[in-house]
Amino acid sequence: MADYKNEFGWFAPKPTVEKKIYSAKAVAVGLAIFLVVFGAPVLLNMGKVHPVPQPSLDTPAIQKLAEKERQCVEPTEWMRANHMQLLWDWREQVVRTGERYYTTSQGKKVLASLSNNCMECHTNKSQFCDQCHNYVAVAPNCWGCHLPKEQKVAQAEGK
Amino acid sequence: MGINRRDFLKLAGLLGLGGKAAFELVLPGEVEAAVAKTEAAGTRWALVVDMRKLTDKVAARCIEACHTLHNVPNFQEPPDPKLALSEDLKNRWQIKWIWTDIYEHAFVGFEQDHKWEKLQGMNFLLLCNHCDNPPCVRVCPTKATYRRPDGIVMMDMHRCIGCRFCMAGCPYAARSFNWRDPRPYIARINPDYPTREIGVVEKCLLCEERLALGQQPACVEASGGALIFGNLNDAGSPVRAALRAHYTIRRKPHLGTNPQVYYIV
Amino acid sequence: MLENAFVGTRRYFTLLAVLATLSAVGFLVYLKQLTFGLGITGMSRDVSWGFYIAQFTYLVGVAASAVMVVLPYYLHDYKAFGRVTILGEFLAVAAVSMCLLFIIVDLGRPDRLLNVIKYPTPNSVLFWDMIVLNGYLFLNIVCGWLVLEAERNQVPPPKWLKPLILLSIPWAPSIHTVTAFLYAGLPGRGYWLTAIMAPRFLSSAFASGPALLILLALLVRRYTKFDPGREQIQTLAKIVTYAILVNVFFFFCELFTVFYSRIPEHMDHFYYLFYGLQGKGWLVPWMWFSIVGMCIAALLMVSPRIRQNETTLALTCGLIVITTYIDKGLGLISGGFVPNPLHQVNEYIPTLPEIVITLGVWATGFLILTILYKVAVSVKEEIRA
Repeated sequence: MADYKNEFGWFAPKPTVEKKIYSAKAVAVGLAIFLVVFGAPVLLNMGKVHPVPQPSLDTPAIQKLAEKERQCVEPTEWMRANHMQLLWDWREQVVRTGERYYTTSQGKKVLASLSNNCMECHTNKSQFCDQCHNYVAVAPNCWGCHLPKEQKVAQAEGK
Repeated sequence: MGINRRDFLKLAGLLGLGGKAAFELVLPGEVEAAVAKTEAAGTRWALVVDMRKLTDKVAARCIEACHTLHNVPNFQEPPDPKLALSEDLKNRWQIKWIWTDIYEHAFVGFEQDHKWEKLQGMNFLLLCNHCDNPPCVRVCPTKATYRRPDGIVMMDMHRCIGCRFCMAGCPYAARSFNWRDPRPYIARINPDYPTREIGVVEKCLLCEERLALGQQPACVEASGGALIFGNLNDAGSPVRAALRAHYTIRRKPHLGTNPQVYYIV
Repeated sequence: MLENAFVGTRRYFTLLAVLATLSAVGFLVYLKQLTFGLGITGMSRDVSWGFYIAQFTYLVGVAASAVMVVLPYYLHDYKAFGRVTILGEFLAVAAVSMCLLFIIVDLGRPDRLLNVIKYPTPNSVLFWDMIVLNGYLFLNIVCGWLVLEAERNQVPPPKWLKPLILLSIPWAPSIHTVTAFLYAGLPGRGYWLTAIMAPRFLSSAFASGPALLILLALLVRRYTKFDPGREQIQTLAKIVTYAILVNVFFFFCELFTVFYSRIPEHMDHFYYLFYGLQGKGWLVPWMWFSIVGMCIAALLMVSPRIRQNETTLALTCGLIVITTYIDKGLGLISGGFVPNPLHQVNEYIPTLPEIVITLGVWATGFLILTILYKVAVSVKEEIRA
């Protein structure tokens, strides 16, 4: 109780105030509205099952390559975690410094371009990129400018 | 005891805000320049337009080549007739990286009542001049437009905030803005080159993506010799030869922008 | 102190409701602009800045005029202004807020707004504009609020506040000097490429700002129990008089330089504004009204009889606000961009969505102003009681 400052200085005793809720009705209404608004997403989606995203690598360009040549710019696990940062680095590097090539961790030199490198193999944006992006509700704004060169895989092998 | 939390926060805030600004003040563009390609250093691109060879047909070919390669929307003749616009909107929203105009418009201030008869009806090919001293670069608040070491005034569409200060700064009206989504107005989208989104400024970039592959700019290739392109720092280049052999004029040279598009009339 | 804003007369809440509605409507139309693009405005490839930037330019001047009440009080001990400094500072807060909102509304990519801070570019005037505007907003909020609070509690304000207040004095002219430099440094725009662009901004600001302040003070006296004071209003009127005289003088200086040197490129902009060029000139009657009105207002203000009668003073101040608004709000931008660098005339006329968004931002600013003034007036009424 000895930590309250009032006009008499430090260490004065706290004045006693009767404990009661002010405007209990307003508080209850506000609380109810809050619970409805913020609980709605949970309540509306309770019980629904959303399938785990399955990005499809079945494109003509990838199928054409031999099994052991089906290697992306970097290993899959690394790409899954870092493709956003990689694309951002490529963006800065290509546009601002004119450095158009990227040296992979294996020492290979590849074109640092979303449309002209990534999408050459992954020609099925809606069955590859969008699968995970839609699941986690991410909308990267690359596609407003850069063209996905979409060629959908045959529907049977897709979803 | 060491520094207390309040002082630490004050210091961190100052360093954070002041540090980058100080860095930029003392060494502007240093971050970009340091990583620039060594081949670019020593190159200085320039364009010479030979108006003796540039007919309206050739100019139309150059414009077509540039605009189709770079996904420049056509608001005058939309691919879908349902999207047709009023004259006013066609004029307001137009995007042009390269275009033609008469002598009195291209070379404001050079008008005279009795002039060389060949100038009558001569349509000059106009584009961004990629100035050596560009006012547009000076005014951009985010360095979304900047001058590369090889002389090209470049646009970073990812960084542009659409303030249009560069458009106000350009003395040649070379820049266009995306007042709306351009994609419906592009007849045949070139998938190898991006389009632009609403809210960013765009202009001729001297086909820097083609230069990187050792190719000539699209307009130069389509001109069949009417446009001469090359490296000013190379004394044996075609541009240096053309500039040495002919009298050339530039647009608004008195402004000190040092434009690098020369015209042989 | 903010609790004062939550209690008031029916008229006060009606005003707040009207302003809030206008603001909301403006915001809804702005959402349309966000999805469609700035094409819903009347701006074009040739006139790439329009109504939004024009409002920002005008309001920057209004905001800076707070210095005209702060300077005499804090630097020259003109005690009478002690009553009205808070009105000036809060007007500055509302005006700078509107400036910032207009800039945001004008951006093609407001989602990338923070790029100006992420990539500081000291050679760009817009970078400095961002700094000085936000700094001035911060200074006025802090100084105004704390001085008012100290006054309410009948204690002197904290000592560290004085340097901040003194800082706001040179900072105020700097906000519209920097804004003038946006225009005055562009080699391709002859109408703006004049050394007296910044002085013209200053004179126009110190005429329109205090004129608006006089009108607001008269409104405050009429609708509340707080009287800013007759002497205060008269001093403000003297400031307006000198400023408007200088403003008119600067305009004639511009006219002389342009029309005596007879450089076509510079004359063309004046021809477009005051005569018409290539058959186009919808602004011509507006510009004549503005300049003739400004001259008449200047002559009226010179007369002590007109100044001392508060009715005629209010009317003349209203005329000054309107004419300076047209000059800076409409004429400056169109005049600079038309004719374009290729000597072509493509006019700019604001569209309806543009005007609605503009009204929305003005309403937001006046909403802020009403709330802040309510707080200030309530406190003043309280301490005088």
